Amino acid sequence: MPVVALENVTKSFGALTVLDGVSLAVEPGQVVAVIGRSGSGKSTMLRCINGLEQIQSGRIEVAGHVLENNKTALRELRQDVGMVFQSYNLFPHLTVEENITLAPRVVKKEPLAEAKATARNVLEQVGLSEKIDAYPEQLSGGQQQRVAIARSLAMHPKVMLFDEVTSALDPELTEEVLRVMEGLAKAGMTMMLVTHEMGFARRVAHVTVFMHKGKVWESGPSERIFSDPQTPELRQFLASGLK
Amino acid sequence: MTHEFDFDAVLASFDRLLQGALLTVELSAAAIVLGLAVGVLGAFAKTSGGVTVRALVSAYVEIIRNTPFLVQLYLIFFGLPALGVKLGANEAALLAMTVNLGAYATEILRAGVEAIPKTQIEAGTALGLSPLQIFRYVILVPALETVYPALTSQFTLIMLASSVVGTISANELSSMASLIDSETFRSFETYLVVTPIYIALAFMFRGVFLLVSRAIFRRRRRLQGVFGFGGAR
Repeated sequence: MPVVALENVTKSFGALTVLDGVSLAVEPGQVVAVIGRSGSGKSTMLRCINGLEQIQSGRIEVAGHVLENNKTALRELRQDVGMVFQSYNLFPHLTVEENITLAPRVVKKEPLAEAKATARNVLEQVGLSEKIDAYPEQLSGGQQQRVAIARSLAMHPKVMLFDEVTSALDPELTEEVLRVMEGLAKAGMTMMLVTHEMGFARRVAHVTVFMHKGKVWESGPSERIFSDPQTPELRQFLASGLK
Repeated sequence: MTHEFDFDAVLASFDRLLQGALLTVELSAAAIVLGLAVGVLGAFAKTSGGVTVRALVSAYVEIIRNTPFLVQLYLIFFGLPALGVKLGANEAALLAMTVNLGAYATEILRAGVEAIPKTQIEAGTALGLSPLQIFRYVILVPALETVYPALTSQFTLIMLASSVVGTISANELSSMASLIDSETFRSFETYLVVTPIYIALAFMFRGVFLLVSRAIFRRRRRLQGVFGFGGAR
């Protein structure tokens, strides 16, 4: 059974149709890269999956929850879905440890000791154990993003969504974040990532989805998508990316 | 100079002035704690509540911010007994100060809440926090930090505004001064003594605000305005 399943999802902002009948499925342990031009609907699709945006029609099922417009059900769904943003969005007034333990303590009502143990684990996973008492502003962008990943991991999500998480980082910092994500993928985490890092998508993602005009224009095994694009739009997109 | 200063009569009553100052401090401190609580609730209601709740909070804020404190004080002191609620002078004074400060604090904090980037709220939402949890754990402290100078100015203002509650016989500093003035006919001297007491009280409150800010806002920032310059680093 897929961890994430979208069936004929449509979403529009006023007269602008952003998602136009999107269907796709993500199997457990699968890494799915979503590529496409700005405005093709890829970030919006990701944001619909954990209910940050409401869809107009279609059906989304995530980790056994059917997405519906019910606040309690949505909060339960979100506990199983980790999301990492382009701008990190760490809480500036909390230390790294407090950023990570907040949701487990407040949402899952974990005892503090347990939440702290989890925090140490996930920080080790992203290679930032020594920054446990730092405040976000004391960290580089790459470190902040790794903490943001750790913060999501602490909720033990069944799927992680990455929304252009390296777009604000320079190449060196991008590399350290991608390494963490590759580690997660190897550990079997189910992941969906909207990305402009074509090399990373090709190497790490099992499946790559090319979105165009709010539709899944072309999708398939990453190697095939990149080496043998079928549609002129994807060929053109990949060619422009290589310049 | 034609006025011959004579402080003896005033200073003979200095202990009464201190008594009055003590009540000023007590009323102000209680009003600040309660008024801040009202402000926090008001700001939450105004930024997260439904249409009706938001309208009610707006009405409260507008009524208080567009009427004199003295009139609010009289409405509470003379109005509530007519409705069957008996209040002593000090309780009525505290209630009026709380209601007044609560309205201003609501408006100041609302601005702070609205200055929090939407992405912070999204991060909290994505982690499964409820709107109330997001307000409490994600928004409140940074919002307080942002508006802290404006908020503490308002706290000082309510302390100064407490000088009118003597009119309902709550014997704070100014009311004691007026009493001593009427006994000694040494008006100038009386208020020359009272003025530095108020200044001392104001600085004492600012010191407390600074200490509180250091405890709450551990990620230290320049707290411009608390002491009138960029201290607290």
